[in-house]
Amino acid sequence: MTPLPAGPPLAWYLGLSAVVFLIGVVGVLVRRNALIIFMSIELMLNAANLAFVAFSHYLHSLDGQIFVFFVMTVAAAEVAVGLAIIVNLFRLRETVYVDEVNILKG
Amino acid sequence: MTVALFAVFATVLVASSLMVVLHRHPVTCALFLVLAFCSLAALYLVLQAQFVALVQILVYAGAIMVLFLFVLMYLNLKRDLEEGLHHQVRRVIGWGMGGLLLVEGVLLFRPEWAVGPLGRETPQAVHAAGNTEMVGRLLYSRYLFPFELTSLVLLVAMVGAVVIGKGRRRRGDEEAA
Repeated sequence: MTPLPAGPPLAWYLGLSAVVFLIGVVGVLVRRNALIIFMSIELMLNAANLAFVAFSHYLHSLDGQIFVFFVMTVAAAEVAVGLAIIVNLFRLRETVYVDEVNILKG
Repeated sequence: MTVALFAVFATVLVASSLMVVLHRHPVTCALFLVLAFCSLAALYLVLQAQFVALVQILVYAGAIMVLFLFVLMYLNLKRDLEEGLHHQVRRVIGWGMGGLLLVEGVLLFRPEWAVGPLGRETPQAVHAAGNTEMVGRLLYSRYLFPFELTSLVLLVAMVGAVVIGKGRRRRGDEEAA
């Protein structure tokens, strides 16, 4: 079992993570379907996870991977509750478009 | 070799996450998100984080995306209607903000990073002991308390999802009450 040779530098992973995070941000800003907004949030969480794992590899410390594990747990909990809210919203208003949910608008 | 793998999976990841944001049909978006998660898992394998890669496939591409697809099926959504001046303005603002952040990121980007002191878990040591075993040891020693707390988080989320998803009672019951 020989370790793999050194891969691309850390900065590449951080750049990739930043780009994916940005795509998630744009998705939240541009789309109005609540489910797609949710998917964009998942993209952002995963971009952060990628940065964690990259740092964990390059800093020779496994704590980053443990943190990714916790992030995934919280993401799973968040998706379960969020999708329940969206389903309930659809039952009440027959829509999942966030700009049609304007009951709090003054 | 690893550089080539990184390039391939990074391209797939960026392309599929762009499709998630751009595609009109929610089901197609969800399937592209699965592709993005799978390429991310491959990147974790390139980083020699086998445990995280497998959990990524099982939890994200498996459990979470199945939940998404169930809800999409349940709601039976059609293609998104995004026309009119309002949506044009929103799109311009959104992509403008994204472009601004990208410029900022490019300006901040440095090819070399001054990293802190290195830890004890060198790739060689982890490789010798096995990634999953090392992660498991850490999880059940230094991170035991947070690990136990995650069970509470999941329990609360489960109860919350059931209570919220059950919805209100039928209209007649509500008026009668």
